[in-house]
Amino acid sequence: MAKRIDVSGLTAYYGSHKAIEDISMTVEPRSVTAFIGPSGCGKSTFLRTLNRMHEVTTGGRVEGKVLLDDEDLYGTHVDPVAVRRTVGMVFQRPNPFPTMSIYDNVAAGLRLNGSYKKSELGDIVEKSLKGANLWNEVKDRLNKPGSGLSGGQQQRLCIARAIAVEPDVLLMDEPCSALDPISTLAIEDLIGELKERFTIVIVTHNMQQAARVSDRTAFFNLSAVGQPGRLIEIDETERIFSNPSVQATEDYISGRFG
Amino acid sequence: MDTTTKNPTAPPVPGPLGAEQKRAARGATRPGDRIFLGLSRGSGILLLLIMAAIAAFLTYRAAIVLTKDQGNFFTTFEWNPTMDPPVFGIAVLAFGTVVSSVIAMALAVPVAVSIALFITHYAPRKLGGPIAYVIDLLAAVPSIVYGLWGALVLVPHMNGLFGWLDSYLGWTGIFEWQGGAPRSLLTASVLLAIMILPIITNVSREVFRQVPKMQEEAALALGATRWEVIRMSVLPFGRSGVISASMLGLGRALGETMAVATVLSPTFEIHASLLDPGGGTFAQNIASKFGEANEQGRDALIASGLVLFLITLLVNGAARAIIARRKEYSGASA
Repeated sequence: MAKRIDVSGLTAYYGSHKAIEDISMTVEPRSVTAFIGPSGCGKSTFLRTLNRMHEVTTGGRVEGKVLLDDEDLYGTHVDPVAVRRTVGMVFQRPNPFPTMSIYDNVAAGLRLNGSYKKSELGDIVEKSLKGANLWNEVKDRLNKPGSGLSGGQQQRLCIARAIAVEPDVLLMDEPCSALDPISTLAIEDLIGELKERFTIVIVTHNMQQAARVSDRTAFFNLSAVGQPGRLIEIDETERIFSNPSVQATEDYISGRFG
Repeated sequence: MDTTTKNPTAPPVPGPLGAEQKRAARGATRPGDRIFLGLSRGSGILLLLIMAAIAAFLTYRAAIVLTKDQGNFFTTFEWNPTMDPPVFGIAVLAFGTVVSSVIAMALAVPVAVSIALFITHYAPRKLGGPIAYVIDLLAAVPSIVYGLWGALVLVPHMNGLFGWLDSYLGWTGIFEWQGGAPRSLLTASVLLAIMILPIITNVSREVFRQVPKMQEEAALALGATRWEVIRMSVLPFGRSGVISASMLGLGRALGETMAVATVLSPTFEIHASLLDPGGGTFAQNIASKFGEANEQGRDALIASGLVLFLITLLVNGAARAIIARRKEYSGASA
């Protein structure tokens, strides 16, 4: 049930500090959109406004609209907890629940959402682990703790945990930055498969990765340190990397700054 | 010492090859390293020596009087070590100590954990700080002050609770009340619970504060409510810390003397009901009898102290075992 994201005039603050200003963009369903830009440009902050994780930080607040299909995530009667159940998230460093087994990690989100029969739960866990290309590596040790896996396996476990609840959107915040090249490749392949089912937004510092995995790329920048980050442009990934319409994008991509 | 530590680039003194290689493997040692090594090793050994000395002292003095004891040391409900031959046993003391401390811990832990969670995860920062400060103040109150407060304020107020317990839970026998003054084990437990609240709260608070942000965000991103975040991330991470905190509290309750001595009216009996006045604890018994006891009486008290010492060791060992058993699942590696 991939959904379209429609952001208009979004500004986010940390207390009195304005982190990102006036961002508008559309993210197509069943596609991968990559956010690139120098450190501090607000791409992670923006990503976290898409599932209302931004406001978890002390002083975090948001102005503007984020529509998921036609529903405003920041509407007056919308519960942020319900938003996070439909917009999943994978973090920079793999963070499986250390006290839970592999099975329980994947089932964690499902157990929050309601009661399932044991067999039903088992089927979803298997399907999710297969969906995250992890099933064959862990099927014999589902009752072992998730913290015993390698970093790359842990990250795929986190992806399995996120997709088990069938979210509308999957947000990934630099999901490969703590992984070795082979694990990174496994995750990138996985992203290619997952976009058949989900709307995927990925923040990355690795421009080759953006070029490899994404359909569209958004470039963020800030005019000076302490200034709010802004969306410079968003376009087809091919165009961004070959013939961007803004000079700053070309400078960043060709390594002239950032 | 200063001149050498300030000059780390000084060329190494040439020596025979074997010694040189050994030194290289260990890294350079300067006077500071050797002094620190000596200090820390010495402190470790000293600690073991002190422990051994305490154990040896208790055992030696206890052994003298135990050989003369005409009663069974573990089952006799009597304390007459000055008689000839002496008759004494620790059954009442062991029962009173363990029961009052365990009830105190059972009362204190849920409250302490809740306070710690409130301070770290619910209260706005402006409120959490002052609450934590007040809890710290509670820890600084001397135990004799708790004892006086217990005897003058808590004991009269326990009448209401005792009546309530008797009318609803009296049928169990444990909470049956004959109407005597509420100077019973349960009153001592309530007072002990208040006394061990600060230490359990403070240790739990520190543990909950250390829960990695990314663990909490993992739960949040799955659509967990605040309570669900606590259940999925905070409590599992903090569990071994909370167990340690509880054991610290239990240890303090086991050894607490003055507060128990002031609220309890000690007798050498074990009552089925926790509300009946009487009973006693090791520490309370030692404090109330030590002054007027002769040498043999003191040795008997020391023998009871040895048992308290062993119980405390056992409690600590159990705590460590609980923590170690699920180390594989502990959050420490995350």
